[in-house]
Amino acid sequence: MNFSRWIAVAAVAVSATAATAATPAAEPLTPEQAAAHVLNRIAYGPKPGDIQRVTQMGVQRYIDAQLNAGMPLPPALSARLAGLDAAQEPAGVVMQRFLEVRAMAKDESDGDKAKRREVVTAIAQQTAEARIARAVDSPNQLEEVMVDFWFNHFNVFSGKGVDRALIASYERDAIRPYALGNFRDLLGATAHHPAMLYYLDNWVSTANGYVPRGKKQGGQKAKSSGLNENYARELMELHTMGVDSGYTQKDVTELARMLTGWTYDNRELVKRNRTFAFDSARHDRDDKVWLGRRIKAGGQEEGEYALDVLAMLPATAHHLSFQLAQYFVQDQPPPALVDRMAKTYIDSKGDIRSVLRTLFTSAEFMAPEAVGAKFKTPYQYVISAARASDTAPSDIKQTLGVLNRLGMPLYGCQTPDGYKNTQDAWLNPDALSRRIAFATQLSPALDAQVLQATLAGSISPKTQNAIAGSPPPLRAAMLLGSPDFMQR
Amino acid sequence: MHRRDFLNALAAGAGLMIPLGRHAWAATAASPNTAPNTDATSRKLIVIMLRGAVDGLNVVAPVADANYARLRPTIALGRPGEDNGALNLDGYFGLHPALAPLLPLWEQKKLAFIHASGSPDITRSHFDAQDYMESATPGIKSTADGWMNRLVAALPGTTTPTRALSIGPTMPRILSGHAAAVNLANGAAGTKANVLDRPAVGKAFDQLYADNARFGAAYQQGQDAHREVMDAAAGKMAGGGMAGGMSAEMQAANGGAPLPNGFPDDAARLAALMRNDPNIQLAFVALGGWDTHASQGSARGQLANRLQPLGQGLAVLAQRLGPLFDQTTIVVMSEFGRTARENGNGGTDHGHGNAMWVLGGSVKGGKVLGDWRGVGDAELNEGRDLPVTTDFRTVLATIAERHLRLADKQLVQVFPSMPRAGRLDLV
Repeated sequence: MNFSRWIAVAAVAVSATAATAATPAAEPLTPEQAAAHVLNRIAYGPKPGDIQRVTQMGVQRYIDAQLNAGMPLPPALSARLAGLDAAQEPAGVVMQRFLEVRAMAKDESDGDKAKRREVVTAIAQQTAEARIARAVDSPNQLEEVMVDFWFNHFNVFSGKGVDRALIASYERDAIRPYALGNFRDLLGATAHHPAMLYYLDNWVSTANGYVPRGKKQGGQKAKSSGLNENYARELMELHTMGVDSGYTQKDVTELARMLTGWTYDNRELVKRNRTFAFDSARHDRDDKVWLGRRIKAGGQEEGEYALDVLAMLPATAHHLSFQLAQYFVQDQPPPALVDRMAKTYIDSKGDIRSVLRTLFTSAEFMAPEAVGAKFKTPYQYVISAARASDTAPSDIKQTLGVLNRLGMPLYGCQTPDGYKNTQDAWLNPDALSRRIAFATQLSPALDAQVLQATLAGSISPKTQNAIAGSPPPLRAAMLLGSPDFMQR
Repeated sequence: MHRRDFLNALAAGAGLMIPLGRHAWAATAASPNTAPNTDATSRKLIVIMLRGAVDGLNVVAPVADANYARLRPTIALGRPGEDNGALNLDGYFGLHPALAPLLPLWEQKKLAFIHASGSPDITRSHFDAQDYMESATPGIKSTADGWMNRLVAALPGTTTPTRALSIGPTMPRILSGHAAAVNLANGAAGTKANVLDRPAVGKAFDQLYADNARFGAAYQQGQDAHREVMDAAAGKMAGGGMAGGMSAEMQAANGGAPLPNGFPDDAARLAALMRNDPNIQLAFVALGGWDTHASQGSARGQLANRLQPLGQGLAVLAQRLGPLFDQTTIVVMSEFGRTARENGNGGTDHGHGNAMWVLGGSVKGGKVLGDWRGVGDAELNEGRDLPVTTDFRTVLATIAERHLRLADKQLVQVFPSMPRAGRLDLV
């Protein structure tokens, strides 16, 4: 291929990308389309009857109700959640069970091995089941969407050591209460939680030259002595300011020094459910210079001060606003919208609900070109299919298997950046046929007519025609496997 | 000594800048579309990316350098023969013992390393550094496509559905772009029939996706590639290496013993597919779990547990490719290296230069290339990690030009604004 042809092909590719977002005609949305749009974005898609309900109550009232997130859970969901021990118990209780069976790993019998596997699997599955059951059935859909959003933002990986036992508490105690609250509180809760302290190694980070006090101190390996900058780096790069916002390697090291001593103690965690400990002996007591600020030695307060500063930086406001707009509007969000959201963030001192209100009431959010512009992640695809079918997944193992095969295992993102939510990340030739296979598997129990009514407003006439001309047993699968249902 | 070798190689390489490429282009372009693609795609490239920054200083360890043991009191590999000893490479460097399956390739001079190599961009962010390594435009985030995608577009010959493929559930950045590329699921699912093979279901969804502006192309690519892979797995491809199908061949080669799951299994499958489907030319696999900030171990431990299946898988790949290994170059790379000094937790933090691994039948191996300056305090970059003395694009361009016979003009498209450097005496 010669160079000019290459350029020509590249140009076509670029214009094709630009055109996709504008597929719906640039006419104002019908009330039904507007209802479908907000349900696809601030909820995991419509359940039967949702389109009619939101059309009647009006999109604005629906958005307000979702921002308030005050609706009681349906009794069936509450009952289901109550039966999931790992999702209800304090971190220390789950951890105790986990550590007990993990200690059996040395010269264990086959019976012990089976028991260990059973306990560990139960913890993982109950944690996942609570998440998925709520995502499908909670009336506070925006809360569920934001729990997923913030979990990815502050990602921890369940496959890393004890994090398997801590994930349920992390989501329930550090993420969920603040999902629509103040960002500084959310940041602080994740920073103090053992799941994060363990995942990004801050629990073992100490002042250089620190000498551990004997081997069994605190019931844990005390062999560590020295700085670990893993958490400090991701705290700035991923959690707050964003990469390229002007900090240096020196700033990373200085922040790591400020955070030395932020740890937890397994024995205290198991005994008293103390999920955080500041160990002043491990703390670096010299002064620091961080982001151009002189930091006087101040123990744990140095880290708290760092979180205060980071939470209110303009770079943080912009970084978070960009990510929210990318999640809710378009892969390439409109810069003017991002700027307005960042302003709301600063004006409201990091109030997430206010930033979301600016987002949801913007013209950009309701613009025809935003409709359907987002390609569903595997998680969004699976949850929205369950909602549209009005069937909460009863076999959680099957649902988790589907997510694995689609490349998005729940709590299974190894890296601290969490899962992406862009089309580039998830659209590929294999993904479509796998989603179609899942849709086909789900469809025998479904009534295509009911399904079509549920999805009114987001299925194009072209798709409707193709479905009408196909054998009835295939129609439900075609709806859930259609191009229209791949997007939100 | 290493330094001088490298400079010699540079001097020799500079004189050889292009001639092969243009002739190869002319030769293949003269016979387009005959006997599908076999000539044009006969030279293969497989890229293995280790996401998370593998600790190159414990992969190819400078065990004869006293500074190395000093900087890494608990995680350094010993000299060959000592406790936790490395495997001898050249008297100075030693190979991590978990990579023992690769030693025969080193001895046959089919495995080389380029040390202190990597991206010139100084970022220590995993995500930016991976992005740059996949776009091959360090420092420029706006590059839309990956270099392997540009490469498949630039190579002579017609592109068929499976010419560029990745193993894994998502399409990696490195293969994204306007040229067709496919991804196959890990494990056996990648070559199994799916629901769209049922005629009525296939017809229904073909109808839904035909002409769909957004998803039509991806859908069609998936279907085409799936059929081709199914044919290859069944041994139905003309010009394929083996009759009788993949499962029979794989069983025979296994000698009945199943491979462990994960990379060795995927590597065996990839080799069988490549032998059965001559259209496959570029392949990519990513492996995670290398971000060893704590308790990485030395000869045994966390890093060793990751390296073991990698080494085994690469050996399996080389062996299962059979005669095709002579026409294949395999590159192993990672976004950056790790700190020369171990941290307080028996791990290492984000660094800069790393080692790239290159293996293949035509690789001039059995040596560690690169401008190696040691790990003395004065030699370290910012006092903490290896400098990058060989740009990763120099390694890749050497392979693209010498092995894949990519012409000069195309090389510029694949690696735009590459630094002016000679080629390595590598393939």
